[in-house]
Amino acid sequence: MEKYSGFGLLKHALSYHENWQRAWRNPTPKKKYDVVIVGGGGHGLATAYYLAKEHHITNIAVVEKGYLGGGNTARNTTIVRSNYLWDESSHLYEHAMKLWEGLSQDLNYNVMFSQRGVLNLGHTLQDMRDIQRRVSANRLNGIDSEVLDTQQVADIVPIMDCSPNTRYPVLGASWQPRAGVARHDAVAWGYARAADQLGVDLIQQCEVVDILTEDGAAVGVETRQHGTIKADRIGCVVAGNSSVLAKMAGFNLPLESHPLQALVSEPIKPILDTVVMSNHVHGYVSQSDKGDLVIGAGIDGYNGYGQRGSYGTIEHTIQAIVELFPIFSRVRMNRQWGGIVDTCPDACPIISDTPVENLFFNCGWGTGGFKATPGSGHVFAATLAKGEAHELARPFSMFRFHDGALIDEHGAAGVAH
Amino acid sequence: MFSIYCPYCEEHREEEEFHAKGQAHIARPRDPESCSDKEWGEYLYFRDNPRGLHHELWVHAAGCRKFFNITRDTQNYEIKETYKIEAEPRITATQAQ
Repeated sequence: MEKYSGFGLLKHALSYHENWQRAWRNPTPKKKYDVVIVGGGGHGLATAYYLAKEHHITNIAVVEKGYLGGGNTARNTTIVRSNYLWDESSHLYEHAMKLWEGLSQDLNYNVMFSQRGVLNLGHTLQDMRDIQRRVSANRLNGIDSEVLDTQQVADIVPIMDCSPNTRYPVLGASWQPRAGVARHDAVAWGYARAADQLGVDLIQQCEVVDILTEDGAAVGVETRQHGTIKADRIGCVVAGNSSVLAKMAGFNLPLESHPLQALVSEPIKPILDTVVMSNHVHGYVSQSDKGDLVIGAGIDGYNGYGQRGSYGTIEHTIQAIVELFPIFSRVRMNRQWGGIVDTCPDACPIISDTPVENLFFNCGWGTGGFKATPGSGHVFAATLAKGEAHELARPFSMFRFHDGALIDEHGAAGVAH
Repeated sequence: MFSIYCPYCEEHREEEEFHAKGQAHIARPRDPESCSDKEWGEYLYFRDNPRGLHHELWVHAAGCRKFFNITRDTQNYEIKETYKIEAEPRITATQAQ
């Protein structure tokens, strides 16, 4: 596999960029693998990559019903941050953040990780108390985080309406300078290319229709296109469809799948060089490198698998953004879409063994999985390799919903996932 | 945008008037004290979450404020029926198969 470099770019320019190698193979699946990963999104591909790289298990298949990175990886608003409240989750997301910081070099693929900072606004006294608590907790965990007052927020984002006369005045914010955005497709493609290079079979257009079990242990998957694929261990990383796969194996998960919508505007000149999120007025916005404003908010209230939501939710989102940024009121929206997120009752993920032996689930990331992609893959790879939870994954067992050890991150997650 | 028939108001109203409240027909254990942690956890948190027909609890929040049930397809979002809180669904997944 050729290494990407500036020199390579120059070399290929001489042949009009017509001779680039394919980024990954398109193999026919073998009959049996050591590990089969169901779901070829960012998390699944990252899992495969770290299994091959750090645990030297290379007899792996990633089976994907559509195309790589075509689900929520393609649909999210690309925000990366780690300012969570509780130790368990902040350790996990900070683990991911540290991997993000070296990811482009590690994968030899530019994931366009841009640490432009994230603001979480406070609009009420209670918001500000929560922000102070969360920032203090972050600092105790070694995560960069600051409390800003209204003037400091206005200095960072001069176009935002920070006057005291608004319906929901900006009283301040938490600010994580190391947070930012990354190019979502590049993350999937970078992991796919790097995993393929280490010998992982990436099998697209291959839908799992059943999980095969013998004596309470998973032994393989039945696929629509390629029949039976046997495996010693199976990892399911299928986001919104996790409950469907769990049902194939005969158990329920504490998940509900909801549509989450996002939208982008027409491209405009650079105007917003950071990420602004507000739990209270319910919206978040950043500007992509193409110049479009990337806007999102909360989930639609009902369960759904249709990858679309209701117009009412879009209206509420836009109301919040225009309240904060009156200057955007005449920007036209270009595209709108929905993805299916698997929400957990405590707004924290599940990285866990299951009632079925050799079957593991990495799910429940809800509205905020993208930021965790490298960390999620890293700890899930270790979990699959050893057959028991990685230290950072241990608190995120699905069985915490039996013993009550929930990790309530609704505050840090909120809309503002 | 859904147009939802409220079985109490006996009218179709816009989705904005309603809130979805999750899976319907979840019976509270008769004797919570005698539940194991597993049984109580499953009652509180574990849900069907089907891809297909689903029975859901909704509330007419900006209307009569009454709770009622909807049978809905979670893939194409088609509302099959709405029925009062104490009623049983007429359309179920096993019938559809």
